[in-house]
Amino acid sequence: MTETWSPSDRELERRRIRRRQRLQRVSTATAVTVVVLGLAGWGVTLTPGWDRFQETFLSWEDAKDSFPSIRHGFWLNVKLFLVCEVFILALGLAVALARQARSAWLAPVRVVAVVYTDVFRGIPTILLVLIMAFGVPALNLQGLTTDPYVWAGVALVLSYGAYVAEVFRSGIDSIHPSQVNSASALGLSRPQTLRFVVVPQAVRRVVPPLLNDFVSLQKDTALVAVAGVFDSMFAARDYASYNFNFTSYVVVAVFFVVMTVPLARYCDWLQRRWMERERAGAL
Amino acid sequence: MRIRVTLAVLPLIALPLACAPADEDDGADDPGTSDSSTPAEDPTDETSVDTEAGGLSPECADPASLPTMESGFATIATDSPAYEPWFSNDDPTNGQGFESAVAYAVADTLGLQVKWVVVPFNKSYAPGPKDFDFDINQISITPKRAEAVDFSDGYYTAAQAVLGLKDSPVAGATSVADLAGYKLGAQTGTTSLTVIRETIQPAEEPAVFEDTNAAKQALLNGQVDGIVADLPTAFFITAVEIPKATILGQFASDTNPEEFGLLFEKGSPLVACVNEALAVLEGDGTLAQLEEQWLSNEVEIPVLQ
Repeated sequence: MTETWSPSDRELERRRIRRRQRLQRVSTATAVTVVVLGLAGWGVTLTPGWDRFQETFLSWEDAKDSFPSIRHGFWLNVKLFLVCEVFILALGLAVALARQARSAWLAPVRVVAVVYTDVFRGIPTILLVLIMAFGVPALNLQGLTTDPYVWAGVALVLSYGAYVAEVFRSGIDSIHPSQVNSASALGLSRPQTLRFVVVPQAVRRVVPPLLNDFVSLQKDTALVAVAGVFDSMFAARDYASYNFNFTSYVVVAVFFVVMTVPLARYCDWLQRRWMERERAGAL
Repeated sequence: MRIRVTLAVLPLIALPLACAPADEDDGADDPGTSDSSTPAEDPTDETSVDTEAGGLSPECADPASLPTMESGFATIATDSPAYEPWFSNDDPTNGQGFESAVAYAVADTLGLQVKWVVVPFNKSYAPGPKDFDFDINQISITPKRAEAVDFSDGYYTAAQAVLGLKDSPVAGATSVADLAGYKLGAQTGTTSLTVIRETIQPAEEPAVFEDTNAAKQALLNGQVDGIVADLPTAFFITAVEIPKATILGQFASDTNPEEFGLLFEKGSPLVACVNEALAVLEGDGTLAQLEEQWLSNEVEIPVLQ
């Protein structure tokens, strides 16, 4: 009795057409992409300086020669952004919360937080790195390190802390007042409201911009090179000025790209997962 | 082994400190130029090179036909700041300091006027058209670098030296092996750094500095025990800038002594004529005289074994 369902001729016809259309679309897209990129690439190789460019920026020999010291220096960059990111998140959240303080007693804290974000967002990060790495050791403070690596890291934390504070603040501000009202209706105190209602939602909402800042921080760790820290960037520049060949710059660029791309993909995935959870699959 | 080195500093110290530079009293080694101290005051003096001098081939003898950027002018580049004793007062145009004097002498020999442009070292070797005829900036000639740019023949042979603070333990170092136990530093992209990495091979990673000023600061701050630099620079630092520092020794230059050359755009048609001019200056003793005038002092610097 159970005659299996088989598609009608019309359905089969439909499928054939759809398959053909899809094939057409894919092949058109592929052809156009190949032609456009090919033309662009071909155009670049036609430029009069292409040979010189290849020798000075894309030399395999130089890439191999500069690789070990860049890899060695890159480890400094990795350690730096991993450590800094922790402090940046803590500092940013603390400053954002300080700006939310309503009590009259906490007015000074609020003022400090506002001044901090204004000043440190205003100073170019590279300047801050220079000022901290050269200025602080010159103070001859007892018991504090003079290592420019550390102070350059502090400069990154201060600079990024200000940005991240603003991100957190926008997240906190975006939580609908009804949430706060509901919380107080349930008898939660203001700190409790922040801790259990506002901040968790706010943080989740600002994860994409936070990760964006994190990626940006990874790249900005290259700024410590100006303070004389022999990181991957400085190693690349050192190689370039000793050998008059810029391939090391391309190598260090590849290092940074390889590091940031997985993070960007992870960020996408994380966000999608949270969205699925929050919207109960209604994506 | 000790060798005599003709080196560093004299006029710059002599001028401000004493009106009678002759009291440096040891010019005796070179009878030909027994009184080399006075020209320091007169920037035009090094133009005493005979400009009609022979030695230039016909192609190079006519200044107007030289393939310079601007007819009749040599556009010469150097970095800013321009360091002593290679330049004086951070002003290449005053003709003082060894490299400034050499630049003027070369231009004079070719019958050219001089125009200076500021070109950071990092930019001097970038591919593409250059906005100078040649760059003079203590640039060491290496085969690898010569793939990217053209060099003139060397106009100065530089030895590398290491210096440290007199009252620090590193001052007791007398050999390359002694130095390996200390934290050393040098300027980025220099052969000085290569000396640390390849000759000394210290236990600790070398500190790398953006420029000489940063290196000096680090030495004073105690962030490094010693810094490696070319000998004239080391001399200037110890004699003028950081008197409490001393040169611990120089490195034997048995394998290919390192030479400073003028840097040209790859394939520059001007190289041949500039080389002829340098040969003239070498031949008539001008280079040696300028070297003595700006870089020399009779000092014995031990060679580190």
